[in-house]
Amino acid sequence: MNFHSSIPAFVILSLVLIACASNPVQTGQGRKLAFDRNKGNCLACHVIADGESPGNIGPPLQALSKRFRDQQQLRDFIYDARQNNPETSMPPFGANHILTDAELQQVVDYLWDLP
Amino acid sequence: MFALALLLLMMALPVQASPLQDQSSLRDYYQQRFPQLSLADYRQGVYAIDAIARSSWTAIEEFPPYEPAIEQGEALFTKAFNNGSYFADCFPDPGIANRYPQWSKSQGEVISLPMAINACRVAHQQPPLSYQHSDMLNMQAFMAYRSRGKTIATDIPGDDPQALAAYQQGKAFYYQRRGQLNFSCATCHIQNAGKRIRTETLSPMLGHTNNWPTYRLKWGELGSLHRRFAECLEQIRANPLPEQSVELRNLEYFMSFMGQGIPLTGPSVRK
Ligand code: HEC
Ligand code: HEC
Repeated sequence: MNFHSSIPAFVILSLVLIACASNPVQTGQGRKLAFDRNKGNCLACHVIADGESPGNIGPPLQALSKRFRDQQQLRDFIYDARQNNPETSMPPFGANHILTDAELQQVVDYLWDLP
Repeated sequence: MFALALLLLMMALPVQASPLQDQSSLRDYYQQRFPQLSLADYRQGVYAIDAIARSSWTAIEEFPPYEPAIEQGEALFTKAFNNGSYFADCFPDPGIANRYPQWSKSQGEVISLPMAINACRVAHQQPPLSYQHSDMLNMQAFMAYRSRGKTIATDIPGDDPQALAAYQQGKAFYYQRRGQLNFSCATCHIQNAGKRIRTETLSPMLGHTNNWPTYRLKWGELGSLHRRFAECLEQIRANPLPEQSVELRNLEYFMSFMGQGIPLTGPSVRK
């Protein structure tokens, strides 16, 4: 994978947000967004933890904190997966305003802590 | 020298695959993906590749919910118009659903079966039916039933560049990403055919035009191919287009040509 590099301001921002990740209210919200058919609906394509009836178009979402350099890089991926693979089947959640910036961050918070 | 001239000539030609080339490369792709399927197997849609869904479908087919529609369609076929003529005057053989959609050189457009049905009504001083009207769907159910087993005969005539243009527009529509979710038809039914989106297995597109009209359990009634198109478009949050719009007819034309030679199974039942 060739991710585009993040700029320092975002690194600081993501450090702040990593601190928020330990907040259970935030992660609960991120889980809800990831499972909700009218929001992230990530389960349509990905196995995620205990989510019911997942599809299999994308890989299982697990151990992402080991696969991505930092939260910002994960967020960028979800924001627009076309940056990484122009032929991707994954919708550009940020670029096409399917999730707001705040919602995107909540999803990232949730996913980051998954084993 | 000759080779160079040939090369220059080839470069000058538009690099667009012919419909037949498209058809054979798409079939090669599916052959790799589903080596167990023969061309005729694609007539069963998703049930050709999803054994669990197939077993509940087979059970439903024992008491097909579309049967009354075939009977009502037949009754309409044999009922006289106000001017004393019959549908049968337009369609001496009702078993011709496999020949639609077809290119009309004189009209310069793709004619679908629902359009041909309305053209017959208008020719006999009857008002055209809306494309969702139950009579319209029942007529198609009867004609499809009489066409069962006949193979899709849609062709792209080589002597009319307008026909090729309509085909190319349909093809472009199929591969164009659209909607908030940024999917094309091909993203789901070609690129990811056989995979699951939630619990739904994605069917290959070959044969997608051969089973209409379809009684969908979700609809609780018989519906048209273009209604199904609209639903797939809505799923990806794209603008659904009206039934029988030029765009959707050209789309159907492209899809039917890809499925040329696959037997008709309409009317059918789907989840
Ligand atoms: C319609 C299908 C689809 C949906 C919906 C979808 N994804 Fe994906 N996702 C994919 C595919 C396919 C890949 C594989 C990489 C690629 O092709 O871009 C992927 C890859 C990923 C990856 C990289 C995983 C890795 O280990 O490399 C992450 C992270 C991810 N998706 C997160 C999400 C999140 C979060 C959502 C919901 C907000 C989501 N996806 C919704 C199809 C989807
Ligand atoms: C997000 C995924 C997705 C996209 C994009 C999509 N479809 Fe579908 N389509 C489905 C699903 C799921 C079904 C139901 C299961 C099946 O038969 O594949 C379906 C069913 C169909 C059927 C019915 C098949 C049958 O046997 O009755 C047709 C026809 C069809 N789609 C055409 C299209 C066309 C044309 C487009 C583009 C305009 C399109 N689809 C885009 C997911 C999609």
